[in-house]
Amino acid sequence: MYDGKQVRPAYRQLVDWVESTSPESLAQKKQEAEALFRRIGITFAVYGEGGDTERLIPFDMMPRVFTEAEWRKLERGVKQRARALNAFLYDVYHRAEIVRAGVVPADLVFRNEAYEPAVVGIEPPGRVYSHIVGIDIVRTGPEDFFVLEDNCRTPSGVSYMLENREIMMRMFPELFRSSRILPVDDYPQRLRRTLASVAPRKCDGEPVSVILSPGSFNSAYYEHSFLADQMGIEIVEGQDLFVQGEFVYMRTTEGPRRVDVIYRRIDDSFLDPLCFRPDSMLGVPGLMNVYRSGGVTICSAPGAGVADDKAIYIYVPDMIRFYLGETPILKNVQTWKCGDPSDRKYVLENLKDLVVKEVHGSGGYGMLVGPKSTKEQIDAYAERIKADPGDFIAQPTLALSTCPTFEDSEGLAPRHVDLRPFCLVGQEVHLCAGGLTRVALKEGSLVVNSSQGGGVKDTWVLAD
Amino acid sequence: MLSRTAENLYWLTRYMERADTMARLLEVGYRMALMPSAGEGYRNEWASLVAAAGSSAGFEAKFGEDFRQRDVETWLFFDRENPSSVVSCIETARQNGRAVRTALTSEMWDALNGAYLDLRDIERRPRSEALLPQLCDWTKRQGSLLRGTTEGTHLQNDGFDFLNLGYYLERGDNTARLLDVKYYVLLPTTSMVGGAVDTYQWSTLLRALSAYRAFHWSYRGDYTPRKVAHFLILNASFPRSLLHCQQQIAAHLGRLAAAYGTRTVAHDRMQVMLGELSEARVEDVIEEGLHEFLSRFIHQNAALGQDVAHSYLFGVQ
Repeated sequence: MYDGKQVRPAYRQLVDWVESTSPESLAQKKQEAEALFRRIGITFAVYGEGGDTERLIPFDMMPRVFTEAEWRKLERGVKQRARALNAFLYDVYHRAEIVRAGVVPADLVFRNEAYEPAVVGIEPPGRVYSHIVGIDIVRTGPEDFFVLEDNCRTPSGVSYMLENREIMMRMFPELFRSSRILPVDDYPQRLRRTLASVAPRKCDGEPVSVILSPGSFNSAYYEHSFLADQMGIEIVEGQDLFVQGEFVYMRTTEGPRRVDVIYRRIDDSFLDPLCFRPDSMLGVPGLMNVYRSGGVTICSAPGAGVADDKAIYIYVPDMIRFYLGETPILKNVQTWKCGDPSDRKYVLENLKDLVVKEVHGSGGYGMLVGPKSTKEQIDAYAERIKADPGDFIAQPTLALSTCPTFEDSEGLAPRHVDLRPFCLVGQEVHLCAGGLTRVALKEGSLVVNSSQGGGVKDTWVLAD
Repeated sequence: MLSRTAENLYWLTRYMERADTMARLLEVGYRMALMPSAGEGYRNEWASLVAAAGSSAGFEAKFGEDFRQRDVETWLFFDRENPSSVVSCIETARQNGRAVRTALTSEMWDALNGAYLDLRDIERRPRSEALLPQLCDWTKRQGSLLRGTTEGTHLQNDGFDFLNLGYYLERGDNTARLLDVKYYVLLPTTSMVGGAVDTYQWSTLLRALSAYRAFHWSYRGDYTPRKVAHFLILNASFPRSLLHCQQQIAAHLGRLAAAYGTRTVAHDRMQVMLGELSEARVEDVIEEGLHEFLSRFIHQNAALGQDVAHSYLFGVQ
């Protein structure tokens, strides 16, 4: 948000507001916000640590602001990417033109762990595989948006987007009266319509959609139940569903009820013990047979993960050109593949300036941030890369944009942020005017993952 | 609604009601222990409490046959090995609630979650500070909070009916068991009927059911098995009597039948039970034998619970 030393105009009103409000009153608001979050029970689970596994995600009251013009550009870019990713998914499970044309190497697709041979040749409704695409974006300059990562399976965090806004509106109604902030609260209804729009071939009435959750012990359970509540659909677990004949049913107090669309929040491998992991207790035996014969739609479609793999990421701009014949609007971050000998040589020589990630990792675990690491850490990481080079990619550290953030001692201070907007793909493609802004709360830190000390803030798009 | 949701709602209230009963029982034990030489009946008062809670075998396996006060308190309030201890009941109730949070109002969830968080605190404090009467009061208050928020905030839909079916099936069972224990277990010989011990035990039983004052309002005068049996079994105005529980079950099953458009085996059994209780005179009960009558009721009540489960909770195929 800083334009040199100057605050960008979009933030002017907010800064005026902060300057005219006493520090005590701001501190009190902060406490209020935290109490609200705790009461509602929005927590996330941190893996790999002992002690209390349910923690509150830190919330920063200072919103991140986009102008509508900036947002429209971003929107075009995100939608373009979501369309290309879905075209790619359809292609690799059918004729695989993009592989035959030599644009994407065959081994990266067909020997990818996320490639699912069981769904080859299946025709999902509307040819959509990834119905909710979450694209992680960073900004490095006024016009420069870079994509860090695509999430085609079941991107989480949308409940934060909605709750952050809810809490901001409750605490600072005066800001909403004076600014024209585009609403985000239509997201659940849009999602419901998106799910209904991909009802299966055999559905002959009003489609019945459900959310399939692993259950209340899952770290994202709050989000699952929140979305079910907001959409007015049932949240089910595997044991609530069963297959009979050509359809999937849920067990209700009024007898079996047919289910047409399943928004699943469990991994592919757990969906159907008859088709994938036989020890899965979370799935529904026989589900894949019904899916194949057009009796149910699964969102996202099994096998969608092959499009958001970090090794495939490199080829997304090529996909956009290949399938849509368009110029990519959002840029990719330059990426070196450690599996490639010359790339590997460069990476190993420049580790101190690079960010290295595991190809299949997520959540900020197991990554190396060169400029923030000691020589010992870098050397140890180099050994890991040499042992299994194909598992790693490297990217330059970007000059990420910063956003004013409340900081205990200094008041407002710039902190690095990224953004995950949520794009819905059904009969139509829709991008919600907002998203999840994650912020690195430590000064200078570039890691925004909540599991690594990151926080969240509200994201505003100001109407022109 | 999803069968699993209905099942969670049903067990949530059953366990909260059971926690309430356990707290009342402990209160009775505490009161009896204050009275010298009352223990001529069953082995001792504390043993009779564990028998009333229906968990003698579990207790003896863990603590032996000496029913010491501290052990019984531990067993009935804190022990997680006892599935009916207050701690176990509240944790199970909260677990059932957490699994169906969107089916609860936020006030109900606050009541349930608040009880659970308080319990954590209570367990962290040294036992010497956890005085039994206070623990019992606290437990009863949690039950009332949930009950009140349910009445005050929950939609009067099928979920509300399943919540109430849980309450009344559990409550009927608990009343029958407590009455049976007093009559059959506490007082082994008929020669003691009407004695000081007998009177004392009747008044304690009524206190355990929060019915001491209510009994005197309704009947006045001395305790007789006949009056107490009438009060606890056949007096529909007493909210813990078997007849009242049965009437409430009938009302909620009736609402479900109206909402879903079908009656089930649960309705058949409920109708038979309600018919008998509505028409019964206390003479009939005494003639059959109080213990025999109560055993038969407990058995039928459990079967009714099974019927409800088969008709709604396990998912109709």
